[in-house]
Amino acid sequence: MVIIEQFINGLNLGSIYALMALGYTMVYGIAKMLNFAHGDIIMVGAYTISVATTNLGLSPILSVLLSMLVCTVLGVVIEKVAYKPLRMASPLTVLITAIGVSYLLQSVALLIFGSKSQRVASVINVAPVTIGGITLTGESIVTLGVTIVIMILLVLFINKTKVGKAMLAVSEDRGAAELMGINVNNTISLTFAIGSFLAAVAGALFVSSYGFVDPYTGALPGIKAFVAAVLGGIGSVPGAMLGGILLGIIESLSKAYISTQLSDAIVFGVLILVLLFKPSGLLGKQRVTKV
Amino acid sequence: MKFKRILASVLAGAMVLSFAGCSSSSNGDTSDTADTGDTADTSSEGETFIIGGMGPLTGDAASYGTSVQNGAQIAIDEINAAGGAAGYTLELVFEDDENDEEKAVNAYNLVMDQGANAILGAVTSGCCIAMIEEAQADGILTVTPSGSAQDCTKYPNNFRICFTDPLQGETMAEYISEQGYSKIAIIYDVGNDYSKGINDAFVAKAEELGMEIVADESFNTGDVDFKSQLTKIKSSGADCLFLPIYYTEVGYISEQAATVGVSLPYFGCDGWDGVIDQLQGDTTNIEGATFLTPFVATSQDPKVQAFVETYQEQYGETPDQFAADAYDGVYAIKAAIEQTGGDISNEALIGAMTEIEVDGLTGHMTFDENGEPEKEALVATIENGQYVAQ
Repeated sequence: MVIIEQFINGLNLGSIYALMALGYTMVYGIAKMLNFAHGDIIMVGAYTISVATTNLGLSPILSVLLSMLVCTVLGVVIEKVAYKPLRMASPLTVLITAIGVSYLLQSVALLIFGSKSQRVASVINVAPVTIGGITLTGESIVTLGVTIVIMILLVLFINKTKVGKAMLAVSEDRGAAELMGINVNNTISLTFAIGSFLAAVAGALFVSSYGFVDPYTGALPGIKAFVAAVLGGIGSVPGAMLGGILLGIIESLSKAYISTQLSDAIVFGVLILVLLFKPSGLLGKQRVTKV
Repeated sequence: MKFKRILASVLAGAMVLSFAGCSSSSNGDTSDTADTGDTADTSSEGETFIIGGMGPLTGDAASYGTSVQNGAQIAIDEINAAGGAAGYTLELVFEDDENDEEKAVNAYNLVMDQGANAILGAVTSGCCIAMIEEAQADGILTVTPSGSAQDCTKYPNNFRICFTDPLQGETMAEYISEQGYSKIAIIYDVGNDYSKGINDAFVAKAEELGMEIVADESFNTGDVDFKSQLTKIKSSGADCLFLPIYYTEVGYISEQAATVGVSLPYFGCDGWDGVIDQLQGDTTNIEGATFLTPFVATSQDPKVQAFVETYQEQYGETPDQFAADAYDGVYAIKAAIEQTGGDISNEALIGAMTEIEVDGLTGHMTFDENGEPEKEALVATIENGQYVAQ
């Protein structure tokens, strides 16, 4: 009985990691850059919901929509200001810039909202379901459902639409895509817009599950979500989903049955093992590099 | 030739500029020394006693340092209004250490340059440990209001107002045992010395008292998901839950405990101060929780009420335990000055510390030769969104 409850806890945590990992993997898959500011865009989304519900008195649906708008615009602006000028620079430069953007967002949030965490009311109003003594909260059900739906939509979007195919082309070979008449800059901007939109969704579900937001809310879960994306195979959308869920379940079960102090070590140990045997991650594509 | 002349004039120009730079900075220096000279003069005339304070006024621990500065200032104003201490007028000089160990040493040097006669600080344990290494060489009296790590009173010249971490753990173990609980579940922050220190002492004392620790769970600083630990505790048969952690995580844990279905009585330590604000007054989940605290702002004690009123008037906030600890720290220094009859040499002040009695906001206290306060522990309960002193 307890093991099923712990499994559900893991699934719940894992679906949040998965949702965050989708944003990382999407941007990495197309633009080939690690957007370390992703976790902090989630934090901005969470604060937007907090301000919209508490200060502006908006309904939950309107505040989630507002948060999506704010995050998408923020993502595009960050891309235009910080990453676009570096399109020809080395990946390391872009990575360091992303870390800089991450600290910038944290510091601005610290200035505006202070270091104390704020309570945020859940935007999800779904009754909990009890099956045989095990309770699934509304937040868990919605988070899992939303993550699966988004994953399916993303896969369809990338493989079936014209814009999605353009994204795939850009990720395969930027130069060749440009020669084929694809606007590479717009495609990458669109990728960031989608990634930031996903961050807004993750932010909304995160505050609904945990109820608080502070300037560092996105930092640690962001890193775990990044690990989930790598575990599943960074660049692969179903991989992010699988990696996130696995990470959540491993973390939860190792806390429950091995040691709460060692749980993070176990999680990262599993990551190392997977990367030793399958360097591209569980569902990642094996890349052949021609010299 | 022409090129050389141009080069020479450029170099000459650069030299003049660099001299200008020198002179402006040396101006700053001389004015500083002039200041120090002034204060040194006045203190040698036996009028001003300078208390050098340090603590974080900026950064993420800024609220602690600000509270200490405000609380100390109120005490000093009161003492001066009542005629000072053994003929001395007290003065506070306070420097920001940003909760950074290196900057704490800088702040110490800055207050010493301004002629400090005793130190009130540092506010956080890490900074305090760094600072006393410097202070030891000078042999100056240091009183930390809130540095709770064991090493904050490492040397004979160090004293403190607050309880140590291990003492908090032992006191809570005794208190919980007196309340008749015997199966304890704990969740603590393994990445935090304060939390781990209390947990270790609590576990040792609880076992000595014959209580059973049925679950000793931990988490890492920054974690927000505690459902696995709580699910484990639910099936452990615990009859109470002890949380030696800061209020931020108490917020997360109490909400998730309700979701998971854990409804045990809560016990905490002084890191809980602030939890009601954190929960925005909605304390349904932690109703009746009891925690150890040096100071409760809603106490009926007239001294506390007068302090809270003055603090709210001057700073527009309700004072916390840091402000109260600082207030008591200043009164301890004052008592030491009076004990020596106005001899403000370091040796005399340090010797007097173990002879004084302070009837402060955080209780009636004396100090032992290890620099530790001896005072009663206060326990507060959370009732209807209020802290209630027991």
